[in-house]
Amino acid sequence: MFQTADMLNIFQKYRGDAVVIPGRGGRHWIDISTNEKKDIPLGDPAMGGHASFGMGLALAQPDQKVVLFDSEGDVLMNLGALVTIAEKAPENFYHFMLDNECYATTGGQPVPNAQNVAYDVIAKGAGYTRTYAFDNLEDFSNNIEEILSQPGPVFVAMKVFPHIENEPIGARRRWQTRTRDQVIEDVQQQMGVSN
Amino acid sequence: MAQVESANLNPETVLAEMKKNGVTHVVWLPDSETNWLYMLMKNDPELDLIPVSREGQAFSVAAGLSVGGKNPVILIQNTGMMESGDSLRGWCLGMNIPVVMMVGYRGYTRHGVNSDTAATYTERFLNAFGIQYYLVENDSDAERISVAFEEAQQTKRPVAILVGDEYHGFH
Repeated sequence: MFQTADMLNIFQKYRGDAVVIPGRGGRHWIDISTNEKKDIPLGDPAMGGHASFGMGLALAQPDQKVVLFDSEGDVLMNLGALVTIAEKAPENFYHFMLDNECYATTGGQPVPNAQNVAYDVIAKGAGYTRTYAFDNLEDFSNNIEEILSQPGPVFVAMKVFPHIENEPIGARRRWQTRTRDQVIEDVQQQMGVSN
Repeated sequence: MAQVESANLNPETVLAEMKKNGVTHVVWLPDSETNWLYMLMKNDPELDLIPVSREGQAFSVAAGLSVGGKNPVILIQNTGMMESGDSLRGWCLGMNIPVVMMVGYRGYTRHGVNSDTAATYTERFLNAFGIQYYLVENDSDAERISVAFEEAQQTKRPVAILVGDEYHGFH
């Protein structure tokens, strides 16, 4: 396992002009990103939907690289999304998944069969042509440039340490600095989209 | 024969309404109300079909497409819409996504007693979420589809079309 923040610090060097949906990594990414207006920190609109959202955005903007940091809890809630992504196969979609083996924001309860799921194998079986799995930072660091330089869709499973929260939700630090409306407005402006 | 046809909702009519309103992507899961429409849509080079395996997925796909500047429509059955409540709430209502969802109204009957609970709870579900909806039963109702698209754009919210007729093939 490795720290999400350490991984994101390495990823940042190779980000280029990608739109980044930081998902469950948002609280770390906000202090690392150098291009906030191309970040889409949505928080948690409804669990399980980030992959489909990212695919939709990638299909809508085929010339724009879209990077998602999903989580294993989200992926498990909507495994069927993987087959849709594989069928539509957006070449500009990079699907990273943070696997901390638990529901960290609800106190750290394990996800089903937490330590025995090969998510990269599931993605491969769903039809992703390129999949990776990393449980140490050195391997991730050695491969990230190649991962991002090749066409998607690609699935990258990563074992990360959980940051378990037990405070009442109302007492937790709010890490977002922009409203959701502002986030969408900013990224649309960056992509040249007018709705 | 002409009278019989006018009592139906023809897939050509629905497709024409979609194109008139600039639909770019159809996010969908098959049901008996949309089978024939699929035959038309898949042969239309201007439409990109995105198949989902659970209806809740359709709302986050549509949100991504919409944020990216496209104009999706969601095509699902009422049973799947009800399963999708949290996704509809979070990804479309919560993100102000102007999307039309065409919902097969399984169990709907204009006359007599409704015996299918899928129909029983459909309008109650939409009312609970505060979603405007229009019933379309035949070709003469088709203008309501355009009304739904216009309303979705104006309000930046999902608007539903309840398809109260199974497609009867091509004419």
